[in-house]
Amino acid sequence: MRKIDLAKTPLRDLNQDLHRQSAGTNEPDWEIVNSMGFHAVAAGVDAPININIRGSVGYYCGGMNKQASITVHGSAGPGVAENMMSGNVRITGDASQYAGATGHGGMLLIEGNAASRCGVSMKGIDIVVKGNIGHLSAFMAQSGHLVVLGDAGDALGDSIYEAKLFVRGKVKSLGADCIEKEMRPEHHDAIKKLLKQAGITDVKSSEFKRYGSARKLYNFNIDNADAY
Amino acid sequence: MCGIVGLFLKDKALEPRLGALTNQMLTTMCDRGPDSAGFAVYGTPTDGKVKITLQSPNPDADFKDIEASISKAIGGNVSLSVKSTHAVLTVPEQKAHEAVAAIRALRPSVSVMATGASIEIYKEVGLPTDVAKRFDLSGMKGTHAIGHTRMATESAVTTLGSHPFSTGYDQCLVHNGSLSNHNNLRRELRREGMTFETQNDTEVAAAYLTSRMKQGMNLGEALTKSLDDLDGFFTFVVGTKNGFGVLRDPIACKPAVMAETDQYVAFGSEFRALVNLPDIDKAKVWEPEPSTVYFWER
Repeated sequence: MRKIDLAKTPLRDLNQDLHRQSAGTNEPDWEIVNSMGFHAVAAGVDAPININIRGSVGYYCGGMNKQASITVHGSAGPGVAENMMSGNVRITGDASQYAGATGHGGMLLIEGNAASRCGVSMKGIDIVVKGNIGHLSAFMAQSGHLVVLGDAGDALGDSIYEAKLFVRGKVKSLGADCIEKEMRPEHHDAIKKLLKQAGITDVKSSEFKRYGSARKLYNFNIDNADAY
Repeated sequence: MCGIVGLFLKDKALEPRLGALTNQMLTTMCDRGPDSAGFAVYGTPTDGKVKITLQSPNPDADFKDIEASISKAIGGNVSLSVKSTHAVLTVPEQKAHEAVAAIRALRPSVSVMATGASIEIYKEVGLPTDVAKRFDLSGMKGTHAIGHTRMATESAVTTLGSHPFSTGYDQCLVHNGSLSNHNNLRRELRREGMTFETQNDTEVAAAYLTSRMKQGMNLGEALTKSLDDLDGFFTFVVGTKNGFGVLRDPIACKPAVMAETDQYVAFGSEFRALVNLPDIDKAKVWEPEPSTVYFWER
């Protein structure tokens, strides 16, 4: 196992080392200590490796991740796992704003709360939040799943496309064109699969409500011209 | 962008280290605001005395003999402590207004940065690390401190445009963001009798809170009311003689993280600013909610 101490090793050296890894690497396990809120820790990794970060991180941790499994044993600043393509990012604490923004794939698991704009413009990523999420989450969300075990803030799913949102707690308010939808068997199956993947065993799919697009903003409607 | 740090001590044992801890926090935020920096430190008040923090672009000329001139003008004992471009003039409490008037009359190029029993404010253009060193932040003691590193957007990079802004006795405010209704609000506050030193949006926010507190609100109530009256982006950290408050606008796009232990409450624009605080690993760390007033008082 490679152990990197960010109190001694410059962050750029760490990230360059991580970027050199690829499939079949003989260094599959990494531990990073003294992360001290640094930005862009383990961003841009493209290899099937495990990375454990001991401590909290700043902006953009695990950004653009492909294949890697990254665990932050602490909290994450803004933009964690932003534009993730595949792999897993897990945060044992809280995540700041726009967690998982624009993500195309993989899973982001936040064990604490996520702040505002969680999953904004998500494009295929699956996000599971054990706590609550803040306002304007899933804004313009295009595809993928957002599963929230706690509550959601104001304007959930504003201007949403086809991402699927599941919230177990209260939703403070829904954004424009976002409505509650019926839970069909395939939605229960999707939640069960995601909860299993996230290692959550004590929550039932029947406890969730589903939210998605009313599809009324998809096309320009001449009757609304005055509103623009 | 801008960076904010704040530290409110609950444990007296940490008071000798207030400056050193704030210095570490402030200099970590250098790259969020490299054009200027400032800080307010609340020290232990002396009975019957008021501190007036002065700033001058020509300190050698302006601060020379100022003690004697002001002493003569107000008919009372004053003492002076000079730190680079700033100086703290300590005057008898009942003569504070006269002293400020005398300073304005006798030294027109001197700016009054703050007045109060506890507060001292130091701010300058330059890299925050250099500004903190210039005024020996790390050697200062006190109960709470607020610092700011500025990346200017709404007004010029000048000493007076730097934060913190103080518009009332022992009050100060720092701001990350930009206000869009500050011109109108400034006009309204001028009609109420408030005076302004700059065209800066943050000074308007500080004056707004001062004005509401003059009307009888406490800091918490004034902050709550500001959510109705201020338009724009803001994360504010404010200080009063005994209090420390935090407020983020409803959109909350300006970053903020807080930490609390039995020994202190701390604020940082980023977690990086907090990593060297004592027992940070055991602190309760959280992101302040939008439109929510956080307020501590001793």
